[in-house]
Amino acid sequence: MASLHIDHLLGLQNVPKEDITLILDSTDTFLEILDRPIKKVPTLQGKTVVNLFFENSTRTRISFELAERRLSADVVNFAAGSSSVKKGETLLDTARNIEAMKVDIVVMRHSAAGAGHFLSKRCTSRFINAGDGAHEHPTQALLDMCTLRQKHGSLDGLNVCIIGDIAHSRVARSNIYGLLTMGADVAVCGPPSMMPYDLEKLGVRIFHNVDEALQFSDAVNVLRIQLERDAGADFPTLREYNQTFGITRDRLDRLGREVTVLHPGPINRGVEIESEVADGPYSVILPQVTNGVAIRMAVLYLIGTKAE
Amino acid sequence: MASFLFKNARMVDPVTGLDTEQDLLIVDGTIDKLGPSLSASDSEEIDLKGKTIVPGLCDMHVHFREPGFEHKEDIRSGAASAAAGGFTAVACMPNTDPPIDNASVVAYIYEKAKGLPVDVYPIAAITKERKGEAIAPMVELRKAGAVGFSDDGSPVHNTKVLRIALEYASMFDVPVIQHAEDPHLFTGGSMNESIVSTELGLPPIPRLSEDAVVARDIMFTEYVNGRYHLAHMSTIGAANAVRAAKEKGLHVTAEVAPHHFALTDEAVRSYDSNVKMNPPLRTADDVRAMKEALRDGVADVIATDHAPHAGFEKEVEFVYAPFGIIGLETAVGLSVTELLLEQWLTLPQLIEKLSTNPRRIIGLPELRIEEGQRANLTLLDLAAEWTVDVHRFKSKSRNSPFHGRALTGRAIGIFNNGQLVLAD
Repeated sequence: MASLHIDHLLGLQNVPKEDITLILDSTDTFLEILDRPIKKVPTLQGKTVVNLFFENSTRTRISFELAERRLSADVVNFAAGSSSVKKGETLLDTARNIEAMKVDIVVMRHSAAGAGHFLSKRCTSRFINAGDGAHEHPTQALLDMCTLRQKHGSLDGLNVCIIGDIAHSRVARSNIYGLLTMGADVAVCGPPSMMPYDLEKLGVRIFHNVDEALQFSDAVNVLRIQLERDAGADFPTLREYNQTFGITRDRLDRLGREVTVLHPGPINRGVEIESEVADGPYSVILPQVTNGVAIRMAVLYLIGTKAE
Repeated sequence: MASFLFKNARMVDPVTGLDTEQDLLIVDGTIDKLGPSLSASDSEEIDLKGKTIVPGLCDMHVHFREPGFEHKEDIRSGAASAAAGGFTAVACMPNTDPPIDNASVVAYIYEKAKGLPVDVYPIAAITKERKGEAIAPMVELRKAGAVGFSDDGSPVHNTKVLRIALEYASMFDVPVIQHAEDPHLFTGGSMNESIVSTELGLPPIPRLSEDAVVARDIMFTEYVNGRYHLAHMSTIGAANAVRAAKEKGLHVTAEVAPHHFALTDEAVRSYDSNVKMNPPLRTADDVRAMKEALRDGVADVIATDHAPHAGFEKEVEFVYAPFGIIGLETAVGLSVTELLLEQWLTLPQLIEKLSTNPRRIIGLPELRIEEGQRANLTLLDLAAEWTVDVHRFKSKSRNSPFHGRALTGRAIGIFNNGQLVLAD
């Protein structure tokens, strides 16, 4: 069986196409397992995985934990709120202490961009990034790509637009890197104040008009608007955002053709996406969640069993 | 009487225009004789064939952390680091605890530095407690020996306070030194805003943050006929503004730190917190603009912004790491490698930026390599090829991004206050 070039999954930037393809292909196997009455395989038996979550997360943590348990790994959960981090311990000390307990794989979410890079250079465990600041969230992008592949057959030449606060989005960055590597045409849409500097240099198209963005798109990935950002940050009001950039049934109807709608969740109904769209026929939001478990099984398996 | 005889050295003095290979005899800390084939009985004789003697280098921007943060650096270790880097004089910034905002702290620093081979001059705060709200007692601070005024680490952002500070300080022959940054644009930033920050998802600091404040400050300087020095200039926009101010004949000077002409923000891709400083590493275009500014005299000074931090403070996530790197022991090597060998500056011009100009700006006596002058000298080996090893630094801290970098040119010693300090 083929193995990955990468030792850690810190992001999708610079991950070769063969690796992404291998992960996506392996996911199909694990999806089949998830349909069995007994959803458990012994693949990671004897391996210990720690979920190091320095930032609140429910669905990503549950998705990883399910994936780990279905691979028969021993699982330890660590949440910053209940730990010595509160007592002022540094990230490095925390990681070294956990590693001293002989952990094989660390799944980490952290508010600081590059936290995974920082630790992976100083520790011997394998690292899987479950989201680092505004940098990357590679398993989310992989599950998005998996879902798009199911729906459209191939990512090559597919027109995908990511809509929302691109500047602060790790989901956007990972999707841009992964989709470009896989040959998709990538666009982003949102107000200029939510676009990071010189973004076009990455090779993405930029729309500030959501109807034009929909015209371009075979699929749209609608980002969650961080409600706490509303306080005069990068746009005036949620109402204005919804009216200008919200994905509504009306907009999709005017388009007159099918466009696949993804959302990384959790959704703000009536802000970035209308309920009728989220629950509508073009939405693949729930398949994304199912694929998320399978993708994480594939990543854990490929990273966790790669020879030293 | 202690005497030293330096034989066969090339002596370069930008003030007198001296550039000759000859001998130099120091008796009792004073240059007694200059000339070919000198000899003196019972003097310590050092052959400096192939080496260069220049007026003592001066770094007008260091953080020696004392009082308050002695685990990072103190005046004694900072001075040792300066000596190892070839500096006979430094000016230390007032972001200490307590800050240098009253005469007793100025006196404390002079007291601590007494007897050292490196002269340590305090720069006092512009505002009380460096809060940016009300100006500090500048006359008292200047009388106590402060050589300039700066809230470095923070900008003076309130325009009323800035105006008063520039007006009031125009009584003196030393400048107001601004850390030019707009606090609103800066908020939470940790690297230069560019395609690199976009790719890495790190919170950005736009060049605009520096550009806008420098442009504004120069307007104020012109309006009140003040004396303004721009600390750690790093952007094309700031360089253009300073260039225009100089063309108008304003009392505006500027310094550039070696890391701002030797590294770009591409280095941040490592997420190594030793490339995190403020102002941040900028783009290749800015680096080129800094070299041009030095060449054209828009930048008067090379100053290190030597900012020590303990390992445990820097060994954290990039966004949580404190800003700053140490620079005293790499400044000469970086300047020679990047500026002299690349022909941006001649050797006399380089010595102006590292000695003559900073001394003039902070009101220190002019140095000359002449008989009868106090011997305040730096000994250089411009051809030395060496590799930076932070573990050999005299500084208490190790936070340098240049570890492992191959450089040409280094200081091999200093002579000041009657003391000869030779590098290891």
